[in-house]
Amino acid sequence: MTSLDIERTLKLPDGGDIGPVQSGFKLAFREFAQNKLAITGLGILVFFVVFSFLGPVFYHGNILVSSLLTTNSPPGAGAPLGTNNQGFDELGMLMKGGQASLEVGFYAAFFGAAIGSIFGAVSGLAGGLVDAVMMRIVDVFLSIPYLFVVLIVAVRYGASVLSLSLIIGGFTWQVPARLVRGEVLSLRTRDFVSAARVAGARRMRLIFRHLLPNAMGVVIVNVTFQVADAILAVAALGFLGFGLTYPNQDWGDMLSSGTQYIQDGYWWQIYPVGICIVLVVMACNLVGDALRDSVDVRLRRR
Amino acid sequence: MIGYIVRRIGTAIVVVLLISIGTFALLHAVFPSPALMVLGPKSNIVVINAWNKQNGFDQPWIEQYLRYIGNVFKGDFGYSYKQDQSVTSMFASRWQGSAYLSGASLVLSIVIALPIGIYQAVKRNTVGDYTVTSIAFILYAMPVFFLGLILIQVFALDLHWFGYGIGRTLTFWQALSDPHDLVLPVATLTLITVAGFSRYMRSQSIDVLAQDYIKVSRAKGLPERLVLGRHLVRNASLPMVTLIGLSIPSLLAGNLITESLFNYQGLGLLFYESLGNADYNVMLAYTLLGALLTVIGNLVADIALTVADPRIRLA
Repeated sequence: MTSLDIERTLKLPDGGDIGPVQSGFKLAFREFAQNKLAITGLGILVFFVVFSFLGPVFYHGNILVSSLLTTNSPPGAGAPLGTNNQGFDELGMLMKGGQASLEVGFYAAFFGAAIGSIFGAVSGLAGGLVDAVMMRIVDVFLSIPYLFVVLIVAVRYGASVLSLSLIIGGFTWQVPARLVRGEVLSLRTRDFVSAARVAGARRMRLIFRHLLPNAMGVVIVNVTFQVADAILAVAALGFLGFGLTYPNQDWGDMLSSGTQYIQDGYWWQIYPVGICIVLVVMACNLVGDALRDSVDVRLRRR
Repeated sequence: MIGYIVRRIGTAIVVVLLISIGTFALLHAVFPSPALMVLGPKSNIVVINAWNKQNGFDQPWIEQYLRYIGNVFKGDFGYSYKQDQSVTSMFASRWQGSAYLSGASLVLSIVIALPIGIYQAVKRNTVGDYTVTSIAFILYAMPVFFLGLILIQVFALDLHWFGYGIGRTLTFWQALSDPHDLVLPVATLTLITVAGFSRYMRSQSIDVLAQDYIKVSRAKGLPERLVLGRHLVRNASLPMVTLIGLSIPSLLAGNLITESLFNYQGLGLLFYESLGNADYNVMLAYTLLGALLTVIGNLVADIALTVADPRIRLA
C-alpha cells in the first residue's frame, strides 16, 4: 500500500451515512421531474397531442367542403378561430394540421435516430478503414444542404405523412450517427463488452444487446431536438407549397395561405397557427435541454 | 501546419466530388429527363426518345455525370430549358443579391451575438440574462417565415418604416445604396441566426470566465473592460468560428425561405421557381453550390481555427 492509498482509506466514511443505491435511470428521472421548465414543455406537448388527436372527436369544424358564403370570416359564432379563403374552419384545420405536423416530427426523428444509431454503432465497432469510410459518408451527408434535397424529393414524389417522414429522416441521421459512434468507441473497451465477446457474442448481438442500449441516453436527448427540427422542416415545406395536400393539412400550409391576406388584416389565419408551431418546437427544445442535463452526469446538480 | 492544411483541402475536394456524384445520381433518379417538360406532356414516345438521344439523356447516368462535371470545370452548369438560357448566366445576374442577404445577415449575427453572449455570461442568472435567454429561445423555435411575417406586419404595414417585397435583381451597390426594402429580409435572417449563435456564445463565455487566466488577470488588477475585451472575447469566440462553418446549411435554407417570402430575386427564389418547373439543371447547380459553400465554410473555419489557436495545431 502506498501512502496515497492509505490516505484514501483513512478518508473513507465508516459506513452508516451511505444512502440506498439508486439506478441511473431513477436519478435521471428525478432530476428531470424537478426541472420546472421540462415539466412545462412536456405539458405543452401533451396538450397539443390531446388537442390534435382527441380534439376532432369533440369539435367538428368544416374542413372538407368549401363554402363560398363564409370565406375569410373573422372569429365568431360557429367558427371560434374564423375561416380561411375556402371557408374552412381554422380551429378544425389547426387540429388536423397538428396531427400531421406532430406525426411527421416524431416519425422523422425516429427514422433518423434509428438509421443513425445503427450506422454509428457499426462504424464505431468496426473501426479502422470501415469506420473512416463510413464517417466520410456522414461528412458528405452533413455538407448537403438538406432542405434543398428534401424539397426536390418531396416535389417529385408528392407529400404524405409517411413520405415526408422518410425523406426528412433519411437526411437527418448524421448527428445521431456521430453521437452513437462516439459512445461506442468508449463503450467497446469496457469490461462488459469484452466479457460478452469472450462469451461468444456475435457483432449483431454486441450492437443490439450491449452497445446500443448503453448509448441510448445521448440518442434520446438528440431525438427531442430532431423532432423540433423536423416540425420546422415540415412547416417550411408546407409554407413553400410542397407540403401535404388536400384533404390533408399541415401547419406550414395554413400559414402559407394566410400570408396572401396579411394586408387585409386577417390575423386569425396567421397568428394562431404560427404560435402553435412556436409552442410545440419550444416545448421539444425545453424537454431536450432538460433531458440533456439529467442524462449528462457532469451537468447534474449535486 | 502546411501538411495539415494540404490534407484538409484534399479531403474537402474528395467530399465535394462525392457530393456531386450523390446529388447527380439522386436528381437523375428523381427526374430522369427534362424531355416531357421541353416537348410538352402530350408528346409522342418516339419524339421523346429521339430528343433524349439527341441531348444525351439516353446514356447511363455515370456517363452523363462525367460529361456534366467536365462542363462544370469549364464554367458551364448546363441549360435551363424552362427559362431558355444558360444556368451560368442566370446565376451571374442573381448571385449578388443572395450574397448580400446571406453575407450581411451572417456578419450582423456575429456582431450581435458576441456582445450579447458575453453580457449574458457576465450577468448570468440576472433578470437581463433570463430576458435575453427567453427571447433567444422563442426566436430559436420560430419558423423563418413566421418571424418574417411578424416583421412585415409590424414594421412595414403598421409603422410604414420599411418596404417589403423586392421584385428585381440587385447588385451589391444597389443593395448598399438603397436599403429601404432590404432591412426586413436581412433582419429576419439575422434574428434567426443570432438566436442559434447566442446560446453557444453564452455557454462558451461562462466556461471561459471560470478559467484561471481570467482570475489571474483580475487579480493582477487589470480593468474589467480589458479582462473581457482582451482575454474573454478571444477565447470565447474561438468555437464560434467552427459554429459559423457549421451554420452555413441552415443559413442557406433560411436564405431560400426569406427570399421566397419577400419575393427577393436571388438564387434561393430561382431554386424555388425551378422546383415548380422541374428545372433540373437549376436545381442541380444550386444544390451543388450550396454543398460547395458548406464544405468551403467548414474548411476555412478549421484552418482559421488552427491559425488562431496554436494549441489545436493538429499537424
